[in-house]
Amino acid sequence: MSADARLLARARCKACWFMAAVAVLVVASFWSLDLKWSEFLAPDALGKMAQFLAGFFPPETAPAFLLKTWGALLETLAMSALGTLLAALLGLAVALPAARTHAGDPARLRPLARLLLNALRSVPELVWAALLLISAGLGPFPGTLALALHTTGVLGRLFAESIENATPGPADALRVRGVGEARVFLYATLPQVWPQVVSYTLYRWENNIRAAAVLGVVGAGGLGQMLSYHLGLFQMRETCTVLLGMIALVGLVDALSFLARRLLER
Amino acid sequence: MPALALPAGRVPRDPAWLSRVGLAVLAVVLLWPMLVWTEFKPWELFDARSLKSTAKFLKDFVPPRHDAEFLQLMLVQTWRTVAIATAGLTLAFAVAVPLALVSTARLSISSLSGPMATAPYLLRQGARWAAIVLRSIPELVWALLFVRVVGLGPTSGVIAIGIAYGGMLGKVYAEILESGDAQPTQALLRNGAGRLQSFFYGTLPQSSTELVSYTVYRWECAIRSSVVLGFVGAGGLGQELDNASKMFAGAEVATILIIFMLLVALADRLSSWLRKELG
Repeated sequence: MSADARLLARARCKACWFMAAVAVLVVASFWSLDLKWSEFLAPDALGKMAQFLAGFFPPETAPAFLLKTWGALLETLAMSALGTLLAALLGLAVALPAARTHAGDPARLRPLARLLLNALRSVPELVWAALLLISAGLGPFPGTLALALHTTGVLGRLFAESIENATPGPADALRVRGVGEARVFLYATLPQVWPQVVSYTLYRWENNIRAAAVLGVVGAGGLGQMLSYHLGLFQMRETCTVLLGMIALVGLVDALSFLARRLLER
Repeated sequence: MPALALPAGRVPRDPAWLSRVGLAVLAVVLLWPMLVWTEFKPWELFDARSLKSTAKFLKDFVPPRHDAEFLQLMLVQTWRTVAIATAGLTLAFAVAVPLALVSTARLSISSLSGPMATAPYLLRQGARWAAIVLRSIPELVWALLFVRVVGLGPTSGVIAIGIAYGGMLGKVYAEILESGDAQPTQALLRNGAGRLQSFFYGTLPQSSTELVSYTVYRWECAIRSSVVLGFVGAGGLGQELDNASKMFAGAEVATILIIFMLLVALADRLSSWLRKELG
C-alpha cells in the first residue's frame, strides 16, 4: 500500500468511527429515555394540543396588564444591562491576575484566577439564579447577580486573553523607565485592549438580554417570572401577551445587532 | 523635572472637562432607574437573616454527598442529561436539514439566469422566517409549554431542544452552504443535474467539515441547555439540582455542581478535540 492510500484509509476510517459513535450515541439515547411519543402522535393528543393552543388567543390586552408587561420588559432590560456592567467591571478585575502581562511576570495568582473564571463560566445563569434565591430572595436582584456572575467568567477569560495578546512594546517602554504596574496598565495596556473590551461587553449584553428574558422562570424577576406565574395558573391569554413581549424583545435585539454588524462591516 | 510654565494668572484646566462631566451625568441618569428597577439592594445579602440561611446552606456543602446510592443515581441522571441533549439534537437535525435545503439560494435554478423567480423567492424567504421564528423562542420557554402538554419528563426537553435548535441549525446550515464557492453547484445545475445531485456533489463536499464542526459545537451547547431545562421539569441533572436547592440540601447541591462542571468540561474537551480532528 502506498503512503497516499494509507493516509486515505486512515482518514476514511476516522470518519467511519465518528459516524459509528454518533449512531451508537443516538440509538442509546432514544432507547434509554422513556419518551412518550404516543402523547404527541395519537389523534386525541392532536386535539388536546389544538385546544391548548387555541386557549392562547386572543392575547390579553387590558391596558393595566399591558402596562405590567411593559414594566417587566423594562425590568428584564435593566437586569441585563446592569448584570453586564457589573460583569465587565468584575471581569476586568479578575482578568488582571489571570493574565501574564510580560515574560518576567511571576503571575502567581494566574492558575487560581483562571480556575475561578472557569467555575463562574461553567455554571449557567439560570443555575446561579436558583442558588442565589436562597440568600437574595425572589425578585430581579438575584437575577441581576446571576447574570453578573456567569458573565464575569465569560468576559474575564476573554479580557485576560486580550491583555496577554496586547503588543508588549508600549508596556515594556514604560516598565524599563520604572513606571509602576498600575500605571503601565492604565497608560499602555488598557488603551490597546479597550476596543476589544467594549465589543466583547456589548456582545455579551446582547446574549444577556436573551438570558434575562427566561431567567425569571426560577423566580428571578423580569418577563420570565410573569410567564411562569401566569402559565402556572393556566391563564393562557395573559401568557400569550407575555410571550409576545418576549419574542418582540428578542427579535428587536437580533435585528439591531444584525443592523449594527452590517454597518460595521461596511 | 521642571513643569511647563503657564502664563501668569491662568489656572491649569482639563481641556476635556465638558465631555467628562457630561458622560458622568449621563451614566448616573441611566444607572439610577436601572438600580431601582432591578431592586438593587446588595446590603440585603448581608442582613442577619439571609446571612444565617446562606451560611447554613454553604456549611452543608462540605463534604459533598458521596454515598454509593446517591452517586449511582447521579450517574443515571448524568446519562439522561446527555441523552436528552443527543436525542434533541437528532430531532433538530431532522428539522434543520429540510429547512436548510429549502431556504438556501445556492440551489435555485431560476437565479442561474438573472434574478430569482417570485414563487421560489417567497418559498425560500418563508423557510428562512420559519427557522427564525423557531429559534427566537428560547428552548426554556418551549420546554415550559410542552411540560403543560405532555407532563413532566424528558419528552418535553427533547422536543424543546429539537425545535429551538432545529431553527438555529437550519438558519446556520443555509448560511454555511451559501458561503462556499458557487461555481461547482452552478456548473452541475447548468448541465442538467437535479437539485439534490448538485447539492451532494457540488455544495456539500466543500462545506461538510464546517457543517460537522458546527453541529458538534451545538451538541456541546445542547448538553448545557439540557441541564437548564431540568429546572422546568424535563428530567436529568437539572431537575435533581432544582429539587436539592429547594430542600436546602447543600451537600447534594455541591455534588451535582461538581458533576455538572466536570460534564461541561468533558463535553468542551471532546467537542474541541473532534472539531480539530475532523476539521
